Amino acid sequence: MTLDIKQLTIKQAHELLINKKMSVLELAEAILKVAEDTRDLNAYLEIFDDVREQAEVAQKMIDEGKGTTLTGIPFAMKDNILIKGRIASASSKILENYTATYDAHVTKKLRDAGVIFVGRTNMDEFAMGGSTENSAFGVTKNPHDKTRVPGGSSGGSAAVVASGSALGALGTDTGGSIRQPAAFCGVVGLKPTYGSVSRSGLIAMASSLDQAGPFAKTVEDAEIIFDCIKGHDSMDSTSYTDEFINIKNKKPKIIGVPTEFVHAKGVDERVLKNFEESLEQMKNAGYEIKEISLPSLAHGLAVYYILMPAEVSSNLARFDGVRYGYHADGQNLLEDYMRSRGEGFGREVRRRILLGTYVLSAGYYDSYYGRACALREMLKKDLEKAFGGVDIIATPTTPTPAFKIGEKSNDPLQMYLADIFTVPVNIAGVPAISVPSGFIKEGDSMLPLGMQFIAPHFGESALFEVGKDFEKVQESNRI
Amino acid sequence: MTIEIKDVEHLAGLARIAVSEEEKKILQHDLEEILAYVSQIKEVEGQKSKVKSGELRNVMREDSEPHEAGIFTEDILKQAPAREGNRISVKKILGNS
Repeated sequence: MTLDIKQLTIKQAHELLINKKMSVLELAEAILKVAEDTRDLNAYLEIFDDVREQAEVAQKMIDEGKGTTLTGIPFAMKDNILIKGRIASASSKILENYTATYDAHVTKKLRDAGVIFVGRTNMDEFAMGGSTENSAFGVTKNPHDKTRVPGGSSGGSAAVVASGSALGALGTDTGGSIRQPAAFCGVVGLKPTYGSVSRSGLIAMASSLDQAGPFAKTVEDAEIIFDCIKGHDSMDSTSYTDEFINIKNKKPKIIGVPTEFVHAKGVDERVLKNFEESLEQMKNAGYEIKEISLPSLAHGLAVYYILMPAEVSSNLARFDGVRYGYHADGQNLLEDYMRSRGEGFGREVRRRILLGTYVLSAGYYDSYYGRACALREMLKKDLEKAFGGVDIIATPTTPTPAFKIGEKSNDPLQMYLADIFTVPVNIAGVPAISVPSGFIKEGDSMLPLGMQFIAPHFGESALFEVGKDFEKVQESNRI
Repeated sequence: MTIEIKDVEHLAGLARIAVSEEEKKILQHDLEEILAYVSQIKEVEGQKSKVKSGELRNVMREDSEPHEAGIFTEDILKQAPAREGNRISVKKILGNS
């Protein structure tokens, strides 16, 4: 039997490596070959030139018996996660030539585990978008249909895992930027509990919502990566201590479905059908399905598009063309700022900064930002209440399958609506996972869909359990 | 929700972002549309819950064990668009008037 490198999971690769059926270098070169063959996807912004040297280090770790499950595993990093000595551009012109001066906490954890960094992946500029069309370096194409977007903002990371040019990848998720591209590309994506993975060394977008997390082919692989990157970090003041992060949850049994919310306007009929079928399968697998009412979820998107731009406008004030990044010269310092930022930031970033400036400005603060913060608390409380009666909440990950490149790029509000099911999770800070739930036929293409499972704070272990069960029923359904 | 061109100019000034005439019109339209959508939050009832965005708590460390002086200087300065020796170079901030 020949090995299909594109289908290989982290777990399987690990077995091959420790049993000496394959060397780290052989694995790395096979993956580099896939990356070369799939270059037209524009998923990698850069493939690193030291992959073979990294492979040697990892091989030594394995040979000396010091390896972990991730040692020698070819891995991709979203371009807003710092790797010391490497460019981290956040797919923006303003950081095009910025070289990271330190490792992000997650980078260090993966490096210590012996991961091989293959390259950095394309994204929407500063993680603002749901399609990678906002990248300053061109759109990434969906491996399932090259006329369609891979989702975003972590579209490059989703596409490399789906196409097999890395066995795992990291992304960041502020309003769905891991789960939505995972669903569009047919892979697993996890948004961990806010505060369980350090944000130190991530290029900030909206600090109260941002969280790094894994992409993988299976739930088990996502768990392996999460176990590596989680944990307290003194460099992130919102990071929880390990006693919280390592809470073990009881086995989930009851899945709550906010039916009214799921049947919102604009949700594709085929997505709803797939969702109902998925729930039916989980029922057959022994789960109880319970209807719940969560009216505040419906306002999640509006709350998000106030809180997020507000935080964006203040976080991105640091890009001034003075300390680092793109610089355009004007007549005086003010003109330097205006030009550097006007030319360095792309259109969507400029739009969100202005929107954030508006909702925070005198006279509007109370009616927008203040109000949104109050609703955030309400949404959190409603979710907490719901979790009193159910273990997991399920929704589709996205209201539609992957859309065409260019379809929504001139209509920001339509683009924002693609996040409707994912943003409430970030607002509440709870964890959620997107697991592939099958395909729908569109023309000649088979487009993947995703099922989103949401758990209470620190409920990752419950998500992995329900996710694995879901994979099993999906698998048996296919045969 | 009406946004005028002069509002866009004001916001762009506050945000220190130069915006072209053509883009001002696009932004005017987009901001109006987005603000109209997010304004739905003003209609929601039962808003009287306590406001706490994120848990505010100070996280301090001991002021000790400083790193060796200068070990990051070169890496950081290398990223600056303009420098003079070990300093980042900036245009003068105070005007002549």
